[in-house]
Amino acid sequence: MTMSTPPEIVGFHARRTARWHWAEFAFWTVLIGCGLLFPSRYLIMTEIVRLGLFALSLDLILGYAGIVSLGHAAFFGVGAYSAGLLALHGIVGEPVLALLVAGLAAAVLGFATSFLVIRGVDLTRLMVTLGIALLLEALAERFSDITGGTDGLQGIVMQPLLGLFEFDIFGKVGFWYTVAVLFVLFLLARRVVHSPFGLSLRAIRNNPLRASAVGIPVNARLVAIYTFAAFYAGIAGALFTQTTQLASLDVFSFERSADLILVLVLGGTGYLYGGLIGALVFKLLQETFSILTPQYWLFWIGLVLVVIVMIGRERLHRWVLFLPRSIARAVRSGKTAAGGAE
Amino acid sequence: MTLLTILFDGVAYGMLLFVLACGLAVTLGLMNFVNLAHGAFAMAGGYVCAVLVNQAGWPFLAALPLAFLASAVIGAVLERLLYRHLYARSHLDQVLFSVGLVFMSVAAVDYIMGSSRVFMQLPEALQGQIDLFGVGIGRYRLMIIVICGLLTVGLQLTLAKTRFGSRLRAAVDDPRVASGLGINVPQVFALTFAFGCGLAGFGGALSAEILGLDPYFPLKFMIYFLIVVTVGGSSSITGPFLASLLLGIGDVAGKYYLPKLGPFVIYTIMIVILIWRPNGLFGRTAAR
Repeated sequence: MTMSTPPEIVGFHARRTARWHWAEFAFWTVLIGCGLLFPSRYLIMTEIVRLGLFALSLDLILGYAGIVSLGHAAFFGVGAYSAGLLALHGIVGEPVLALLVAGLAAAVLGFATSFLVIRGVDLTRLMVTLGIALLLEALAERFSDITGGTDGLQGIVMQPLLGLFEFDIFGKVGFWYTVAVLFVLFLLARRVVHSPFGLSLRAIRNNPLRASAVGIPVNARLVAIYTFAAFYAGIAGALFTQTTQLASLDVFSFERSADLILVLVLGGTGYLYGGLIGALVFKLLQETFSILTPQYWLFWIGLVLVVIVMIGRERLHRWVLFLPRSIARAVRSGKTAAGGAE
Repeated sequence: MTLLTILFDGVAYGMLLFVLACGLAVTLGLMNFVNLAHGAFAMAGGYVCAVLVNQAGWPFLAALPLAFLASAVIGAVLERLLYRHLYARSHLDQVLFSVGLVFMSVAAVDYIMGSSRVFMQLPEALQGQIDLFGVGIGRYRLMIIVICGLLTVGLQLTLAKTRFGSRLRAAVDDPRVASGLGINVPQVFALTFAFGCGLAGFGGALSAEILGLDPYFPLKFMIYFLIVVTVGGSSSITGPFLASLLLGIGDVAGKYYLPKLGPFVIYTIMIVILIWRPNGLFGRTAAR
């Protein structure tokens, strides 16, 4: 037993956990299957996928780096307005290219504000992230000649995707476009969180002091992941504008940031799929509550939040996973029993 | 509008913010509990007062204490039922919980009272302005300054001189040692929490005239309460007090001189101060 772990062993374990699980293949198959099976539901499914991407972005900083943000909508909003302005003034006509530019704009903002966020304790972070989002909202309202003020950007017309696919009113192109973007970004995020860089982020989340003691440059890593997450949020915002042809002040709103945390908590933090599953559960809840009480679904969302916290997030996840886990255990013990009988 | 009138309005606004937020200074600043739902208690007080005055025909000044009482009772019940389980939890859990409470309160009030702004019928004596050395002074704002000034002095004396005040300070400084000395720490916290909520309700009733009262009150003013506490720090009651005065005067002056920039000035100042002094202007540490 040596004192230090050789790099090969670390690499071996990292690769093992990074391997694709069969459930992951199932997840993406189901997602694509939904797209094929329910062509009349493209709009709501696009919303879910987009929200999933946005939550994935928050998961990168909250689940992996442990930064609690109350103002993640700031980057969503910057992405949304960038994409809208680019399309409106015909600066970058091609949607995919405009998407990248909008994401980069959000990333620049993320990089600039990350230095403010990494300073101080949790509470200061909450305040600063919240403050930045509110600041941007106030700015967008102030410069209404650029942003359209409370009316939002109007008259956005999207050019065909890659010059080939026209955005249709049923949202078919929009849906597959969003899914494709999500999948590419998901692969990238997956690669990042399983890399040594991602492992070091988890070390920082668990104990920043120890992480810096073993030689991890804590602040540089946090700046990097914050910028990266801002890029993702910007892309989600740009997708919002491109698929709905709309950008209004509420992209910056506090409710959007708060809902996002709920989405992530519903799905669970720190395993990338949390945001995607959470987005589905959240939209289903929202639909159900809207049918029950059209105007007051906010009450039920609030109740869900309170109940989740009172029961405890870990316990809740244990309950949810109880059935699948016990089935898996039964299958496994069945297999070994069968193997023993032979 | 002269400079002095702006200053006067700013002070009244600041005092109001202080009464609204000083309960939060205790829960957030001292007990380190991120309570984003503080505004909901203020809203509750405001609506209780509005119902009593507008529908039951109570005089405004008689309804104010009831606003305090109602919010304090709600606060005490919620503290015993829910909040106390969360003192030791992570900040993320506390944020989720209190955001959930805010959402529930917003929708519930919207459901019961409707979404439009509520106006309070003020007695004649409190309306209009009086002219003092050429400065127009609103009577209502003068009353706010007097009441809130008295409250502040009372709070400071309670904290510094009474037995309960020293118990609270001990419980906050080191709960373990305090309970070892025979102080009933949970009870002290519960009482303080309830009292803070009551003050918020009182402030909410007073502020209906100035800040406006509608179901979105807790969300709209959340950031202001948080600014008061984080900028003011938590070492004493004077920190939040000075911070709320600064915020009040800054906001009123900003809206008057730079109306186009809106709340931009306030947020910028807050971010700059938090970067410069993460523990607040007058604070020692917000998180121990």
